[in-house]
Amino acid sequence: MRTDLFFLICLVVGGIVFAAAIALGNDYYFFAGYVVLQYVVLSTAWNILGGYCGYVNFGSAAFFALGAYSTVAMHKLAPVPIPVLVVIGGVVSGVVGFGMGYLTLRLRGAFFAIATLALAVVLQTLIVNWDFVGGSRGAYIVRPESIAPFGSYIKYLFLIMMLLAVGAITVARLIERSRLGYGFATIRDDELAAEACGVPTLTLKLIATTISGALMGMAGAPFPYYIGFLQPSSAFGLDYAVNSIAMPLIGGTTGWVGPLIGAILLGSLQQIATVTISSAVNLLIVGFLLVGFVIVAPNGIIGLVRKYVQHRPVGQVGPRRVEADAPGSAPGPTP
Amino acid sequence: MIFSFDLLINAIVSGILIGAFYAAVTAGVSISFGILDIVNIAHPAFIILGSYIAYIINVTFGLDPIITSIIVTPAFYALGAGIYQIYYVSFEKRGQESLRGLAFFFGLLFITEVTLVLYFGVDYRYVEAPYIGPTWHFAFLDIPLRILVPSLVSLLLIAVLQLVLTRTFVGRAIMAVAQDQFALKLMAVDPIRIKRIAFGISIATASLAGAFLIIIQPVEPSVGREYIGRVFAICVLGGMGSLPGTVIAAMLVGVVESLTSTFYGPSWAPAVSFGFLLLTLAVRPAGLLGR
Repeated sequence: MRTDLFFLICLVVGGIVFAAAIALGNDYYFFAGYVVLQYVVLSTAWNILGGYCGYVNFGSAAFFALGAYSTVAMHKLAPVPIPVLVVIGGVVSGVVGFGMGYLTLRLRGAFFAIATLALAVVLQTLIVNWDFVGGSRGAYIVRPESIAPFGSYIKYLFLIMMLLAVGAITVARLIERSRLGYGFATIRDDELAAEACGVPTLTLKLIATTISGALMGMAGAPFPYYIGFLQPSSAFGLDYAVNSIAMPLIGGTTGWVGPLIGAILLGSLQQIATVTISSAVNLLIVGFLLVGFVIVAPNGIIGLVRKYVQHRPVGQVGPRRVEADAPGSAPGPTP
Repeated sequence: MIFSFDLLINAIVSGILIGAFYAAVTAGVSISFGILDIVNIAHPAFIILGSYIAYIINVTFGLDPIITSIIVTPAFYALGAGIYQIYYVSFEKRGQESLRGLAFFFGLLFITEVTLVLYFGVDYRYVEAPYIGPTWHFAFLDIPLRILVPSLVSLLLIAVLQLVLTRTFVGRAIMAVAQDQFALKLMAVDPIRIKRIAFGISIATASLAGAFLIIIQPVEPSVGREYIGRVFAICVLGGMGSLPGTVIAAMLVGVVESLTSTFYGPSWAPAVSFGFLLLTLAVRPAGLLGR
């Protein structure tokens, strides 16, 4: 399917969901739906680096918070409309992602993972000490009551996040089917062999880190308007880090479908569990699901579905090669 | 800014003492990450678990935290050996340790933290012991015993570990696993068994480090997160798998952190270890005493 057609279909599906939420006539659905869509963007972004390249980013919360805090900073400097803020948040997070990657990606994958873990702590330290954006006290962003032509403001935020989700999924699918995506797959399968074949691994990894970081920042940019009061502990919450890893791994990491399924399932489950049980328990559920899935079903829900519906064993080509829909041929050196 | 010589010396001394404690915290990671190549990012969570066990025993029976932690070491060893077995079967054997293995440890970290929050809440917990409270004064130098005692026991722990690793058969086998697993197999030694023992030892040190931690400062479940960046920074800075390097790096980080928090304010201290980590990775990835 061509990308523009796919994008149109996604837009239509998004429009239908939006219309359905309006038809339900309760603003709660927009509030809950916003969070789920936010996780769709975060997990799709994580998967571009984690699933396609095989590099683990534990700092999703840091990139998300960067987007959110660049909004707070802009709010104090010069109030601009949210779409502009989204772009700014994306640029800031993308640049930080690039810098992090440049320093650590030349080494083994584990160093990158550790550096992203530490990044979250350090950025939080910086934000806590930076009074301009509220410091440890937090910052208020007064959300306007309503905005034309949407009525309540949350509908507007929901729509922005929906567009972001559609954009992120389209980008992920585009990457997956392009030369870039095959390059990423070679890094995931065997980086040394890829390097030896002339795949520019460092450049590719930097591209992946930048795109992934930028998307996370974009997801964070409207967040201060959603929450109204932003403090470091909520922006850097561990739940963003764990969810954006758990959702793709539970859904399946090899394609764009996995993170989407994971985010919708786990996101909705958490929304329900938060209302009915408690928010601490629902995080515990996510933790157990993550550990359970990586042990029992390494290819996620997608892998399980393939295994049982198509009777086609997945992952028998080799321990790390689990591509069913992508042709196995790496781009390799051009003759 | 008032610069005083007394303050400087005090900061350096307390940095060295805290550094010795950091070395004990990092020792486990030096074994698991440095020697076995297992990126156990859940290590700080096990340390917090150790703290809470020391706390429970201390509150109910009034037993000294350090003695408690030595008593529960076998349980931590068994826990570590069990986790390694799961890790080996699920990830190492399938060649998936880089992505899913990391996610597995992250999940463990998360589960431990949330479980502790659910049981104990987010209140700070502390222990009682005779050496918590008094402070030794030498001229202008103040040495709180609550830091001195854990530091000395930490150094003892590192010394024992180093002796075990270099002098005993199992220790040498552990060092051999790091170098060439296949060659070890040819010598009729089961590398998986050796790795299981090594990982068990690595988790066992978390019990002791946890007791030191709760002696030095009050503990709540998310304290462990601050230590993730720190332990890995120290481990990388010291040189992968080198315990003497770990001690030197830990003291270096301790001193710089202590100076930072004395002269710039304690809220900046967490950034120090990250700075060290990035600097090391950029300038000398092999670390100070790297192989």
